Amino acid sequence: MAEPMKIRATVKGDVADIRVLIAHPMETGQRRDAKGELVPQHFIQSIVVTYNGKTVYTGQWSQAVSRNPVFAVRVRGAKAGDKVSVTWVDNKGDRRTDEKTVDAA
Amino acid sequence: MRPDFKSSRHPRPRSLLRIRALRAVAQRARAATTVACAVACGAALAQDGKVDPLAVGRQLLAEDNPGELWVQRGEKLFHAKRGPRQVSLEQCDFGLGPGKLTGAFPRLPRYFPDTGKVQDLESRLLTCMVELQGYARADIVKGAFSTLDHDSDMEALASFVASRSNGMSMNVQLDHEKEREMYKAGEYLFHRRSGPTDFACVTCHGDEGKRIRLQELPNMTDRKQIQAVVSGWPAYRGTQSTVRTMQHRLYDCNWQMRLPDLDFASDMSIALTTYLNYSGNGAVIQAPGVRR
Amino acid sequence: MGGTRRSFLRLAASAAIVATAVATGLTRSREVWAQVWNKSGFEAKAVAEALRSLGAANATDSKDIVITAPDIAENGAVVPVEVTSRIPGTESISIIAEKNPFPLVATMELASGSEPYTYVRIKMGETSNVRVVVKADGRFYTAAKEVKVTIGGCG
Repeated sequence: MAEPMKIRATVKGDVADIRVLIAHPMETGQRRDAKGELVPQHFIQSIVVTYNGKTVYTGQWSQAVSRNPVFAVRVRGAKAGDKVSVTWVDNKGDRRTDEKTVDAA
Repeated sequence: MRPDFKSSRHPRPRSLLRIRALRAVAQRARAATTVACAVACGAALAQDGKVDPLAVGRQLLAEDNPGELWVQRGEKLFHAKRGPRQVSLEQCDFGLGPGKLTGAFPRLPRYFPDTGKVQDLESRLLTCMVELQGYARADIVKGAFSTLDHDSDMEALASFVASRSNGMSMNVQLDHEKEREMYKAGEYLFHRRSGPTDFACVTCHGDEGKRIRLQELPNMTDRKQIQAVVSGWPAYRGTQSTVRTMQHRLYDCNWQMRLPDLDFASDMSIALTTYLNYSGNGAVIQAPGVRR
Repeated sequence: MGGTRRSFLRLAASAAIVATAVATGLTRSREVWAQVWNKSGFEAKAVAEALRSLGAANATDSKDIVITAPDIAENGAVVPVEVTSRIPGTESISIIAEKNPFPLVATMELASGSEPYTYVRIKMGETSNVRVVVKADGRFYTAAKEVKVTIGGCG
């Protein structure tokens, strides 16, 4: 099971700032391991963020997004207590969904 | 020639030719006022200027720290029943009694009567993993530094335990004679020139305004700067894509100085850590930090 | 998969397809994800090709795309890039690292409620322009900022 994401969601005024930390190797497929063998591509291709159940962000990523990726989304019309859900799916079909409730700043 | 490259997540082969070349360069450069390593590494120095060109990037990277994922994993590992004895680390004594975490990290390294040695955070974790959980010492040491192909539990555990003292001040005390010995040994090692480049730690870290390429080198003889150093370890290192601990930082310094490998949890590593942490007493702990 | 099918999928609001897959937990969702992933764009080796795959070959320069990224990144593996678009009707933001072996790094589609904002950390192989393409009301706009990448320290 993939490592849980760390999601920080705070609201200032009526904008929620959602920041996500993900543990993922994001292998480019160009690296060689200690034995000299090419490590195959293994990276997050798709990210979906929903806010109170509605999709607000759909990301398509390449292997050039950093290892252990960090990304952020902002949503207007937000208030504390709202629900955020983040899902990622990688090129091997592995996936992970984590949720967070929005906190006041 | 070493077959396994522990020094970083990216294998870096060494060769005798390179060491000889560096020695020759170092001998010429020692007389210069700028840092010898910059010449050895063959790169031009950036222009001096009032505005720090790296500040924006560092600020952005500091705002969100993947190191928090290591704390999260470390907490799980700490409480899980693991190893041949299927026991958790909850009874591990970091100096304040079994299982007492808050306030333990700022007092390390310190003397432990059960082992009769001065130990830092990682060597204490090693002791507990061996004595409580039944792991083989050699196995833990072998996997202590993660690579891009394997994750180290040690790094996650160290992140977690250190983070439990966040907001507290570094407070190494030299009450025991062995602690004082370790401090003195560390101070000596910090100032001792050795190896093919004839550097000491103080060569790079003993003056204001020193730099390697664009990397400013903290002057660790200045209290504020050494405090800034010790407050940030363990740290998520962007170039390593993992949390690195002080053990690894010192290991990497040894590598950069073209010295023999610094053994994990060795007396030398603990002596240096004792000297550095004590010199940085008063530093507010914020683990894990964020580093290049 | 033919070109018409790819264009159809693009027109068919990829966000909706993906969101449905997530919501209903389709067991074949992996294929669905793969279909909406802009393969030709992400595998393009030239910037022009990447732009074409986005439909943005004729993007107009815009001063209303604010790119916040370091002038000098001390580590090319983690370059923070933040984009705010002041163009009304912003629907998507794409990030291209022009000198990367595969320049297209990410495309973010923003549904209503989302601020025209994105932040992601990217890998850059060398000093290069970071080019941003914004799609707003069906039209494309672009801006770029140079980010210098250094190797710090002692190797």
